[in-house]
Amino acid sequence: MFVFLLTDIFFYIIIFSIGLYIFYVRKTKDILETWKHVFRSRTGIISIVVLSFFLLIAILDSIHIKEKIYNEQTESFSYESEIKSVLDIILLPTYKNYEKSYSSPFSSNLYSKETIILENNIERRVYPKLLYKGNHNKYASDNTANILLTFIISLLKYFFVFSIFYLFFYFRIIFKSKNNIFIPFKLNKVFLMTLSIIVILSIFLYELSLQYYVLGTDKVGVDVLYKSIKSIRTGILIGTLTTIVMLPFAIFLGIFAGYIGGFVDDVIQYIYTTLNSIPSVLLIASAILMLQVYMANNPLNFENIYERADLRLFFLCMILGLTSWTGLCRLLRGESMKLREVEYVQASKTFGLNRFSIIVRHIMPNIMHIVIITIVLDFSALVLAEAVLSYVNIGVDPTTYSWGNMINAARLEMSKEPIVWWSLFSAFTFMFILVLFANLFSDVVRDAFDPRSNKNYE
Amino acid sequence: MINDLKNIFLLSIFLFGCSDNPLNSPYSDNNSSQNILYSSFQERPKHLDPVRSYSSNEYAFLAQIYEPLFQYHYLKKPYELIPLTATKLPEVQYLDSNFKVTKKVKNARYSKYILNIKKGILYQNHPAFFKEKSKYLYHSLELDDLKNINTLSDFKKSSTRELMSDDYIYQIKRLADNLNHSPISGVMQEYIYGFTEYKEQLSKLNNISGEKRVSYLKNNKMLGIKKIDDFSFSIILKKPYPQFVYWLAMPFFAPMPWEADLFYSQQQLKKKNITLNWYPVGTGPFMLTENNPNLRMVLKRNSNFRGEVYPSLKDKIKNKKMYSENKEKVIPFIDEAIFSLEKEQIPRWNKFLQGYYDNSGIASDNYDQAVSLNSSGDITLTEELKEKGIHLSMATAASTYYIGFNMLDGTVGGKSNRAKYLRQAITLAIDYEEYISIFANGRGIVAQSPIPPGIFGYQDGIKKYNKTIYSFKNKRIVKKNIEKAKILMEKAGYPNGINQKNGKPLILYFEATGSGADTYSFLNWLRKQFKKINIQLVTRVTDYNRFQEKMINGTGQIFQWGWNADYPDPENFLFLLYSKNGKVKYSGENASNYDSKEFDKLFIKMKNMRNSIEREKIIDQMLSIIQEDCPWIWGWHPKSFSLSHGWVENVESNLMANNTLKYKKIKLNSRNKNIKSWNKANFTLLYILAFLIFLLILSVFFMVRKKDREKIYD
Amino acid sequence: MINYIFKRILYAIPILIGVNLLTFTLFFVVNSPDEVARLHLGNKRVTQEQIQSWNEQRGYNFPLFFNQSETGLNVIKKTIFYEKSVKLFYFDFGISDSGRDIKYDIKQRMWPSLAIALPSLLVGLMINITFALFFVFFRATKVDYIGVIFCVALMSISSLFYIIGGQYLISKLLQLVPISGYAQGVDAIKFLILPVFISVIYGIGSGTRWYRSLFLEEIEKDYVKTAKSKGLSEVSVLFNHVFKNALIPILTGVVVILPLLFLGSLIVESFFGIPGLGSYTIDAIQSQDFAIVRAMVFLGTILYIFGLILTDISYTLVDPRVRLK
Repeated sequence: MFVFLLTDIFFYIIIFSIGLYIFYVRKTKDILETWKHVFRSRTGIISIVVLSFFLLIAILDSIHIKEKIYNEQTESFSYESEIKSVLDIILLPTYKNYEKSYSSPFSSNLYSKETIILENNIERRVYPKLLYKGNHNKYASDNTANILLTFIISLLKYFFVFSIFYLFFYFRIIFKSKNNIFIPFKLNKVFLMTLSIIVILSIFLYELSLQYYVLGTDKVGVDVLYKSIKSIRTGILIGTLTTIVMLPFAIFLGIFAGYIGGFVDDVIQYIYTTLNSIPSVLLIASAILMLQVYMANNPLNFENIYERADLRLFFLCMILGLTSWTGLCRLLRGESMKLREVEYVQASKTFGLNRFSIIVRHIMPNIMHIVIITIVLDFSALVLAEAVLSYVNIGVDPTTYSWGNMINAARLEMSKEPIVWWSLFSAFTFMFILVLFANLFSDVVRDAFDPRSNKNYE
Repeated sequence: MINDLKNIFLLSIFLFGCSDNPLNSPYSDNNSSQNILYSSFQERPKHLDPVRSYSSNEYAFLAQIYEPLFQYHYLKKPYELIPLTATKLPEVQYLDSNFKVTKKVKNARYSKYILNIKKGILYQNHPAFFKEKSKYLYHSLELDDLKNINTLSDFKKSSTRELMSDDYIYQIKRLADNLNHSPISGVMQEYIYGFTEYKEQLSKLNNISGEKRVSYLKNNKMLGIKKIDDFSFSIILKKPYPQFVYWLAMPFFAPMPWEADLFYSQQQLKKKNITLNWYPVGTGPFMLTENNPNLRMVLKRNSNFRGEVYPSLKDKIKNKKMYSENKEKVIPFIDEAIFSLEKEQIPRWNKFLQGYYDNSGIASDNYDQAVSLNSSGDITLTEELKEKGIHLSMATAASTYYIGFNMLDGTVGGKSNRAKYLRQAITLAIDYEEYISIFANGRGIVAQSPIPPGIFGYQDGIKKYNKTIYSFKNKRIVKKNIEKAKILMEKAGYPNGINQKNGKPLILYFEATGSGADTYSFLNWLRKQFKKINIQLVTRVTDYNRFQEKMINGTGQIFQWGWNADYPDPENFLFLLYSKNGKVKYSGENASNYDSKEFDKLFIKMKNMRNSIEREKIIDQMLSIIQEDCPWIWGWHPKSFSLSHGWVENVESNLMANNTLKYKKIKLNSRNKNIKSWNKANFTLLYILAFLIFLLILSVFFMVRKKDREKIYD
Repeated sequence: MINYIFKRILYAIPILIGVNLLTFTLFFVVNSPDEVARLHLGNKRVTQEQIQSWNEQRGYNFPLFFNQSETGLNVIKKTIFYEKSVKLFYFDFGISDSGRDIKYDIKQRMWPSLAIALPSLLVGLMINITFALFFVFFRATKVDYIGVIFCVALMSISSLFYIIGGQYLISKLLQLVPISGYAQGVDAIKFLILPVFISVIYGIGSGTRWYRSLFLEEIEKDYVKTAKSKGLSEVSVLFNHVFKNALIPILTGVVVILPLLFLGSLIVESFFGIPGLGSYTIDAIQSQDFAIVRAMVFLGTILYIFGLILTDISYTLVDPRVRLK
């Protein structure tokens, strides 16, 4: 049975709107040109591929199901209360078992010694062997050799899969132009390279994590790699949902203020200056504290931990959105004020077009570039903000997988001796990759869309 | 940029390098020759008023300053009370209904404590005592007087006064004052004769404050308390209550001079945060001279302290040398103690290892670095710490952590067999041995009952154990198999976790508090435990506020809580299950709202008994009732490990005594030497960086010049 | 000018009222004081009686807006709204839920915050501008490209990593500075080095990029081209024209955040145990001390608005062409 969490629904809406936008862009010539500029840049294409991969994981992780269980005694079906996502099902073989406590990456033992009682009642302090992974090498008993072999096998698997796809999609081309079967490669080398690297890496990691804890385990023995992958959804949701929440406010209020002016302008300006004047961390903290109270007051609405955690995530996005829409609103207000005076807008006014259609037809399309630039720029900042907020305990629910929660837990691990570094390391790596490519992407997008940007120097 | 850093560094080396202090020392240089103990505190104390304070982090300061009548003997185990400011342990008389002394316990309606205090005990110097021309100088301060005053030490004049029985009486009256929010006023109402009436009188006067309130307290007597002379007084209790003497050893019953209360009640001082809550006045060995809870607290030797002799064990001497050195020596040994605020665990532990804190607890994450088991299974320090000369002291805390079932709940509560079997199954399923090893690194003991070790009636899990969960096999007690729990589930009507009646899976709810990093791990673990017997556990995380509200309304289902002993008596633990203490009905401390007539009957009987074989029998009976009923999952008793450096002497683990600072002694030379050798700054990286930056600047310079020339010739 | 400043201050009043109303709604309409009381009275043996008198002492027992039981002005004065919100306007922050005078604490704690924030700002400014000028000098070359990528990479690292990593490396492994703590006066320097260093490093990525784009914008302007065509060297053009003219946006950008420096940095302060306003706020959030959070929200707003006014003034001082109306 499919389950739709609140954030899922909103996430689908986002995906749907991205689809709509692509459809719209394909029909609109000048915007298509600008986007082509993005695709022509090497950084642009690499970051788009990487981000799409992250997005794909987030999408897979946002399709939730409940499994049916059959009850023999009552001969009826019921549903498990646990909710799984499609991603969970794909990854199931890698994470279903957990160890007792910490173990380091690729290790075969637990990280700390334990007392074991031998048969003759003698106690001994040893590093216990891991139960499920680390001692089950598939290809060679030596770890390095095994890892190498696993890599080669993943490469082979990749080429196998790749050639099937290749044949499937391009067999017509192959048959038509027999002399050159490498035409598809020429389509976009960078694109193909990036995609291949990502796919090979994923296969390799998957194969590896059937045999090892690639990034170790955490305090209660859960695979850290799994945790980091699950955190992708949280990061992306915070980055995108927030924007969706703030977008309608910002666009409509911004345009109204700028285009209509007068009293409406004053009121809207007052609202956003007031909100803007409060230091955002304090506003967020206040609102989250309030939310905790609300959720505790209405426990019956949130029986399921998933729903609770999900709602908190959703509210976090709402609150972040409420504090961040003001900047965009101000920009849009300024732009619409300028546009109001532009000749063709004035002309359509004299033609008797009503305000609404002027806004939709002339103003909206001309401020879209500002909206897009803001969305991509904000994305990375929001992903980073989540970590800091979780550190202050006003971020996502502690049961939600998120990099912020991982870092928060890692603070304690850093003082362990020898140091437990892998949780922090994985959170760092995953977050860094996502934010880095988001930043690079936003640079390219800004250069393409912003008429004032310094294109020539990039 | 790093060049700038280098400059700052050179500057700082210039500034601090002239002293021998290591670069990373968090203290100023001139301290190294002084007899100072360094320690840390994690959370700023909320209350330093003995009437309010009820937590160990506050007692760490308070108990060094205020002196109640009695204290715990530092060295003796089991814990034993000895006089502190009193001349001897109290005489207890039983009174009949006409307040006549009676010998027969049967006729006893009231009990009377006669308390005598030593003469010649002086308070620390304090401006509140200062008189000029027989008038108190600082008792009616105006705004102008306070211009240059920000802390208490800014008052120029101060004086002292002798301790008198009035001060103890005054403090008991303060306990009754609602405005002081004493956490024990509810308990005392039950025991001290006339306390309730006094409290009611006072609550009518809520709008009176300041001087008037102080003089009201001074002049109006409480029925049950009588001043005999300046150095003795008596307290009448409504009923015999042998545990009362333990209360008298707590800071709640420390003396409070009315002069100080009056002094601090001035509105103008409150604006400067100079209140009794922040600046204690006591007779103890130390006084609080610097109170900056955002940074550090400093205790200095009280020059008026009468001096006390280091205690000795007459019969048992563990380490002869240690005690003979300190015997007959006047305490306190140290002149000053500096407590620095250290919220984060990482810096605290590292500073301890660097030698900047003289003592430290062990957090579970440092455990492996600190402690290991040797071949015979004893816990010892790791080589690394042994080399540093660090000592380990261990004690099991008189406290218990448990998971409670709300007995008023429809699913897990109630007296039906169904619910009982369900509770037993859950109790069996939860593996506290594993909990202790994961979350406490083995620093704990699985609880058999609410009573922790060191308290009379404790079941050690060898001779006496919880028969619901354990069985005896191969000369060890072994936890019963998980299959047993599944059978119990079937008996309860939930085979495989499916409710037989409606075919739905059984879902239970756990109320969790806290949002710390560990909460998540713990909840995950707990869900795993319930899953063993196919119960879906839903965890509801709220803040502590909401959690308490749920407990009071009885809307929670399963929850985790803990209890620290107020005094070492089983009554202080078993009352947590006494029905008249029910949280919902009586807003007491029985959070699971357990209600068993049999248990109650035995409890009343056991309560006022002295420790004897008979009492032990009754306690065993009580325990077997609750072990069968399982209103709690008997969690665990934490062991507290604490570490101290080799230069700290006289370290004993005594969890009941709080006023232990006065016993500590420090070898200065050894400390200075070690700190110096442990903290050698490593400049290699800095030099490499500086070199790289130099290269960078050089190459940039040439690059710029080259490019600039090209431009010009273009 | 004075007229203008006066007008700006008048304009700030409705904003402050708005902020005040918003926080009031958040803190009192949503959350009942009873819960706060229970939190602060501790967890052992709390009775309803104690909660009531706790509320009485802190003035939480009044009705929200109108007190029917009083007469005259007291109908409005003896309310939570008056006691807790209106009083903020004359900087009476009251006492915190844990019983300390907030104003006193704020006065004490803003200096350590400033001691970190000001050096971080100044050193950071110097370094960022130097880097930015350097990249602009090499614009459209490999150096610039790599530099920008490097900046983006630096920006993509969460601030938490800088702090955790810096503390581990410099304090723990190299033992160069104390791990955490603070002292009054000159002694403070050794405690400040590391947090300032980390804040500066953290700011390099975004700062350099920002100044770089400012300079590039300036370099495209006609007068620069004219200067170049006159045969001036690239370095002198950069310093004498580009840098000088870009100073205006740089300065105004700095002025606007100057007052906010008092608020300190939330995480840096709490990691390094510095008793500033940042850690004060964090503590308040974590212990749910609403009185302090409320006071800080109000203070933050005032400082922000003050910064805006300062910016306007500094515009006129730096650039005489701008006239304030």
